[in-house]
Amino acid sequence: MLSKKARSRLFVLIFLLLLSGIVIFILFKSLKENVVYFFSPTEIYNNEKISFNKKIRVGGLVKKGSVTKNQMLINFIVTDLNNEIIVSYNGLLPNLFSEGKGVVAEGKLKDKKYLIADKILAKHDENYMPPEVKDALEKAKN
Amino acid sequence: MLKNFFPNKILSVRDKFFSILIIMLVSIILVGLIYSLVISPPDYVQGDSVRIMYVHVPASLLALACFAFIGIASVFNLIFKIKILPLIAKSLAPVGFLFGLISIVTGSLWGKPTWGVWWAWDARLTSMTILLFFYIAYMLVWKIIDDFDKASKISSIIGIIGSLNLPIIKYSVEWWNTLHQPSSITFTSAPAIHYTMLIPLIIMLIGMIIYTIIIFLMKYKSEIIKFKLDKKKREINKS
Repeated sequence: MLSKKARSRLFVLIFLLLLSGIVIFILFKSLKENVVYFFSPTEIYNNEKISFNKKIRVGGLVKKGSVTKNQMLINFIVTDLNNEIIVSYNGLLPNLFSEGKGVVAEGKLKDKKYLIADKILAKHDENYMPPEVKDALEKAKN
Repeated sequence: MLKNFFPNKILSVRDKFFSILIIMLVSIILVGLIYSLVISPPDYVQGDSVRIMYVHVPASLLALACFAFIGIASVFNLIFKIKILPLIAKSLAPVGFLFGLISIVTGSLWGKPTWGVWWAWDARLTSMTILLFFYIAYMLVWKIIDDFDKASKISSIIGIIGSLNLPIIKYSVEWWNTLHQPSSITFTSAPAIHYTMLIPLIIMLIGMIIYTIIIFLMKYKSEIIKFKLDKKKREINKS
């Protein structure tokens, strides 16, 4: 069906594709720590080599009822439902920051359970719905 | 299927066909815009900024789809050397690039009110930026290299390498922690997006697909005319 020339070109191409696939795989494998945008509290807890001098991002959910505000100083707990990290932050919060929602905090770790953030990002999840539906869902839950 | 893309078939496509497509485009986009900007409800967290999604998601999808076609055409071009394949791929590049750019700009506009930043170097945003550079490289090769065979070969290689990036873009949100949220619409589970928001999204997607087809056909037609003219010129120069 294929001419001889076409067949040899096909083989060269498949070989090159496989090769570049492997290269990309190895590349990402070794870059793993740099590809992730943030660490979960559990990943930080389990990481032996974590740096306390370098900036780091922690992501998870804002624990319900954990937000305390003292003038400009804000404290809250980031949880991944297994481990928790206390975050303290001095500055303006993004509008969508709220309890029970996703958050990414950037700053330096004091220890494995305490982060001093200088930047807070709100992380949005994949759920999209009108407010009425949300209310109905909440009511159905209770 | 491929027969419909043969030069003579495309050149005989009448302006009337384009007018029908354009009328469809305008009416569908109009309905889609009214639906997404007026009728559809605001989101329970994002408020009205959710409406950016109705442009952002179809644009991103089409940017990826166009490059996927470029990649497939490039593979077959390198193996079989069919002259129309590089022309098809070449004609898809500008509209795909445009949608990629729209995706990044609208995403950035959405990111500020939602995340609190215009930009973040997470895996999804970075890989999408890389796709834009592949589009630019692909188009530049055609611009810079005059020899058709050479340009077609080099651009095909860029097209193939660039398509390896496509699964990375698609699955970046699942493989790694990213600031960008995972897909709301997947093949495996019910959409995590309420139907009042899904309908305008689908209408906008259909509208933007038609736009892509129109721009592609126009570009493809002019590329074929250019190709034939160049051939004629070379023949004249030779004799």
